[in-house]
Amino acid sequence: MSAGLLGIEELDRAEIEAILARAKDFQPIQSQTVKKLDTLRGKMIVNLFYEASTRTRTSFEIAAKRLGADAVSITASGSSVSKGESLVDTLNTLAAMRPDAIVMRHAASGAPHFLARHLPTPIINAGDGTHEHPTQALLDARTILDRRTRLEGLRVAIIGDIAHSRVARSNVHLLSKFGVEIVLCGPASLLPVELAQLAPGVRLTTDIREAISDADVIMMLRVQLERQHEAAFPASEYFRFYGLRLEHLDLAKPDAIVMHPGPINRGRELSSEVADFQRSVILNQVENGIAVRMAVLEKVIG
Amino acid sequence: MSIVIKNGRVIDPASQTDRVADVLIVDGRVAGVAPNLSSPKAEVFDATGMIVAPGFIDMHVHLREPGFEHAETIESGSRAAAAGGFTSVCCMPNTKPVNDSATVTSYIVERARRKAVVNVFPIGAITKGSAGEELAAIGAMKEAGAVAISDDGLPVMSARVMRRAMEFARSYDLPIIQHCEDLNLSAGGDMHEGANSVRWGLRGIPAAAEDVMAARDLLLAELTGARYHIAHVSTRNAVAMVDYARKRGLPVSCEATPHHFALSDQDMAPYDSNYKMKPPLRSVRDRAAVVEAIAAGAVSAIATDHAPHPGSEKMQEFERCPFGIIGLETAIALSLQELVHTGKITLNRLVELFTTGPESVMRLGRGTLATGALGDVTVFSTELTWTYDVNQSHSRSRNSPFDGKTFRGGPVATVVGGEMVWRRG
Repeated sequence: MSAGLLGIEELDRAEIEAILARAKDFQPIQSQTVKKLDTLRGKMIVNLFYEASTRTRTSFEIAAKRLGADAVSITASGSSVSKGESLVDTLNTLAAMRPDAIVMRHAASGAPHFLARHLPTPIINAGDGTHEHPTQALLDARTILDRRTRLEGLRVAIIGDIAHSRVARSNVHLLSKFGVEIVLCGPASLLPVELAQLAPGVRLTTDIREAISDADVIMMLRVQLERQHEAAFPASEYFRFYGLRLEHLDLAKPDAIVMHPGPINRGRELSSEVADFQRSVILNQVENGIAVRMAVLEKVIG
Repeated sequence: MSIVIKNGRVIDPASQTDRVADVLIVDGRVAGVAPNLSSPKAEVFDATGMIVAPGFIDMHVHLREPGFEHAETIESGSRAAAAGGFTSVCCMPNTKPVNDSATVTSYIVERARRKAVVNVFPIGAITKGSAGEELAAIGAMKEAGAVAISDDGLPVMSARVMRRAMEFARSYDLPIIQHCEDLNLSAGGDMHEGANSVRWGLRGIPAAAEDVMAARDLLLAELTGARYHIAHVSTRNAVAMVDYARKRGLPVSCEATPHHFALSDQDMAPYDSNYKMKPPLRSVRDRAAVVEAIAAGAVSAIATDHAPHPGSEKMQEFERCPFGIIGLETAIALSLQELVHTGKITLNRLVELFTTGPESVMRLGRGTLATGALGDVTVFSTELTWTYDVNQSHSRSRNSPFDGKTFRGGPVATVVGGEMVWRRG
């Protein structure tokens, strides 16, 4: 097993700090006229996406190219997957082409971890099922740190379908390692009590107002009620109880920021006004995604 | 043809024997248990320092034949049983086709007669195709050799169908064995619902999925008077309920598997499908409750739920991997390690759990070394140090979480009908 990036849980604080610091170095490059470095020239990165994704795949592709690496993207439809090849066979085939890293998204939790045990190629997890999405948590941390001097002592509310959220899990692991006070909030059927054991400093509530009170950061999760296996919550009243509206923001710290991993559903998990709110940093998150993924690719391959 | 097993500590709970003696088997039957036995042409096996017990019975295995011979056959499974110290196994009906007719039952009996090195007893399906709707040909299967009925792996979800099945089982005097899992509650889950399932983002199977069906079935057992048996019990509530029903005089029982009393969900390697089975490895508290239930006498038998799956099927995303692990070859060692060496139960009790216990449920006419009994003998050691190498397994499959584990104690020799079918090399 080669060192890739499978999750935040197994990283230590110093490793996270190093990635975030390096991502800061890469931030100015995003606005230069010539955005290309040659750090990873001659390296080959395969983006293997078994789940639809626009922003994460594009972000990894751009990150690879800005570092001078070559990137190939493969999506599940149109690949050998639809011909019934097993995951491990597909990955073995790709590994035989000697890429320097495989960036992978898969609908099954643990799929990259399973492959990492059997493949020599470093694997970067771009989201596995309902488990982790490590680069999302890293770019979220980078975005918070662009506005706060430190993570320690902050209060972060994460609101939505926590049970099925890989974004929530990765953020919990990351923020907890820095002593952040984390409040997870959602409908009871999407908020299993065991979440409180995920990491130190985690608290649960089903009351959005309580979650937001005195928060420095409000992270809204994308709600995919249509993709739930069962009707765990009445979709018709989701927005009423768990949608973020402008009046909620009065409960938070005066300079609180609103985050969202995207793509947003206006009128479902947050109101249109909140999405366009001046302290909404959703587009900054997207921008930081490239810098953070550059830092991750450099760490894994460089 | 005769064999004498010399100088072992003979433990035969059925005849309340526990002493150093020789066991002489002549023409497939026990001729005597006493010191200094001999017979002119008898093969001699020196069991000094070892335990000599009636042949062990595993009342819950999957031999995969007919239909899934790439995973296991009656022959390979029986060799794994012999190497695990078992002389008799009862095989579940989830083959292809399902053992829901006298034809399939007879096929298994015939294949076993020709290929198996241990005794094989088929368990018939409760419902046709184990689809949970229409009762299978229970009487005809019994005539063909079925010793119990079960839709193992595909629990009977309809209370009405289960009630009718129990009535039939009772009239044919067959035990009815249920894999307790309310499928609406388990809802496609892949592991025990708890801190680790939430941490790893895997869908959970709550303990309540087992408890709800166990409770329903125990009430139906009272209604019908059927001999009802819970397979692979894994939760604290299920063991408590079956014990309550048993103490009230109902003819109900349960079995526990070595993996459920040896491991909890805390012992799982993340996303390693060798830890994926049904019921799932439960919480630390549930595991402790199963151990306590065994110690308290609430569990009748240790059964392996030996469930072979080929490597290709287990080498997938965790949620796509089939449920089940092989267990025949590690059962005695794990039982010694978790129950006897820890002082939870005596060696005598351990032997009961593999002999008179399953015999009381299945009524195979085995499980004793009384003079005249069938000559099935299990010889094992409580001290032997050995390491399990799954690649050397007699099973066709390799799906065990215990690969590479070093044990204190394990099987040494297996005698079926007076013939030594396996001995440690």
